[in-house]
Amino acid sequence: MQSGNFLRNIWIIMKREFAGYFGSPVAYVFIVIFLLLTGFFTFYISNFFEAGQADLKGFFQWHPWLFMFLVPAVAMRLWAEERRLGTIELLLTLPVTVTDVVLGKFLAAWCFIGIALALTFPLVLTTMYLGNPDMGVIFCAYLGSFLVAGTFLSVGSMTSALTRSQVVSFILAVVACLFLILAGFAPVTAVLSGWAPMGLVDLVSATSVLSHFASISRGVLDVRDLLYYLSVMVFMIFVNGVILQNRESA
Amino acid sequence: MIEVRRLTKQFGKHPAVDNISFSAEKGEILGFLGPNGAGKSTTMRMITGFFPPSSGTVIVGGSDILTQSLAARRKIGYLPENAPVYPDMTVSRYLDFCAEIRGFGGAAKKQRVGETLERCFLADVRHQAVNTLSKGYKQRVCFAQSILHDPEYLILDEPTDGLDPNQKHEVRLMIREMSATKAIIFSTHILDEVDSVCSRAIIIANGKVVADDTPDGLRRRSISHGSVVLTVTGAATDDIQQRIEVLDGVASVSVVESDGERTTLRIFPDDPAVPVADRVIASANQDGVRLASVFVEQGRLDDVFREITTGIRP
Repeated sequence: MQSGNFLRNIWIIMKREFAGYFGSPVAYVFIVIFLLLTGFFTFYISNFFEAGQADLKGFFQWHPWLFMFLVPAVAMRLWAEERRLGTIELLLTLPVTVTDVVLGKFLAAWCFIGIALALTFPLVLTTMYLGNPDMGVIFCAYLGSFLVAGTFLSVGSMTSALTRSQVVSFILAVVACLFLILAGFAPVTAVLSGWAPMGLVDLVSATSVLSHFASISRGVLDVRDLLYYLSVMVFMIFVNGVILQNRESA
Repeated sequence: MIEVRRLTKQFGKHPAVDNISFSAEKGEILGFLGPNGAGKSTTMRMITGFFPPSSGTVIVGGSDILTQSLAARRKIGYLPENAPVYPDMTVSRYLDFCAEIRGFGGAAKKQRVGETLERCFLADVRHQAVNTLSKGYKQRVCFAQSILHDPEYLILDEPTDGLDPNQKHEVRLMIREMSATKAIIFSTHILDEVDSVCSRAIIIANGKVVADDTPDGLRRRSISHGSVVLTVTGAATDDIQQRIEVLDGVASVSVVESDGERTTLRIFPDDPAVPVADRVIASANQDGVRLASVFVEQGRLDDVFREITTGIRP
């Protein structure tokens, strides 16, 4: 009964949010820009055709960097907008728990990004036409990319709950995502390994989405990587709920 | 019954709501008055479970808003200040969402939403997006949302704010209509509204309850309650003032207005419960003096409100 209500509430909130995306230009702008940018990076920077390899490495490697800007743009309105409009007051006085609402909103946004990601399918078809790619690797890379997006989204959702200004939320989220990327970015770890003990370098790079993304996008589905993404998301969503429950103003 | 028990909300060091207790029974319409910033909205936000109180609690129909929050919230309909509604949604979509999240589905949902649209005069705009509607319609959409599930308790934060006089009238009618089976708490700073709608009024100032009474009871606190206002022509002002001052039961007489021809006096009785109007009229009724008007003042809520919230006697 209780869990039935839980899922039902999440579903109803998800539906409303989802309709909201496609009822405003946000959705279309996001999808078009995401597709244009992935196309640009894949073909002009990674030189997809000239590389002569039937894999999508040159496509996926850009995802964390693109998501770093695009996902906070989706996430920034999640709570800041509700607070600005005052609709948060109605939402949180409905007979639903904060968990229902936070999860409903998060999942709606994540599914939306998932759709944008799925719309890159022509690239997969092209690769299949041109060569004989390893579909397992491509599947894993999509999964990894989806998880990176979810991780950034949970960060953005949390920063959105902190403020009623979408701009502030966006900047905070980008900085946090940048940190999550840079901690495992080769030039940064190189600087660090010059003086810090090996253990510390490993620890810092273990907090990075990049190092976990690298192994998944090679086709290695490691429980530790999945655990990393899920635990960051759960933690951020939890903090998001705590922030909402302890807010001192509308 | 809604029971507000020793409710306190601290923002930093400053208490916005300071140890407030009151209750509202079904069948009652409780007017919630107070100057801006007195803590009206904060109190309502705590009653509806939006803000956690710093201390104290609210019992809504037997459910504690803190420990049985969902059960309590199911019984409440809430119209927040400024009537916030998602601007991109159409009216019927929005009400569908509210009905679904309140547990209605299928035919029951359709019927609820249909009835509520009719009741709030929204049927014509059901397919319009909320951001294309005027302020009055938006207010009604939000009001519709609050009564959709036929709640036992209605909390309305300034439900007539920003409406034109006709719309205000409609909202008041709706509130009165629903009051038989519900307990309704609504905040306002329009004092006429208290008179025409409320069965009881609570005035808060600086986060404290400073008066809890019926509108008549409040009016009785007015300094002008029971005073007789008399306008005569054809009499010397001093003359008639002196004549009335010496009457039994009259405490004092003040001149409101005098232009030689016409004199208006206010006569304060010793005891507002003992009528003096008949004696005043008899004494004024002399050769050459004509009564232009006479009436007994019931007292003005404005005066009482000002006096109670600021401590200044008008």
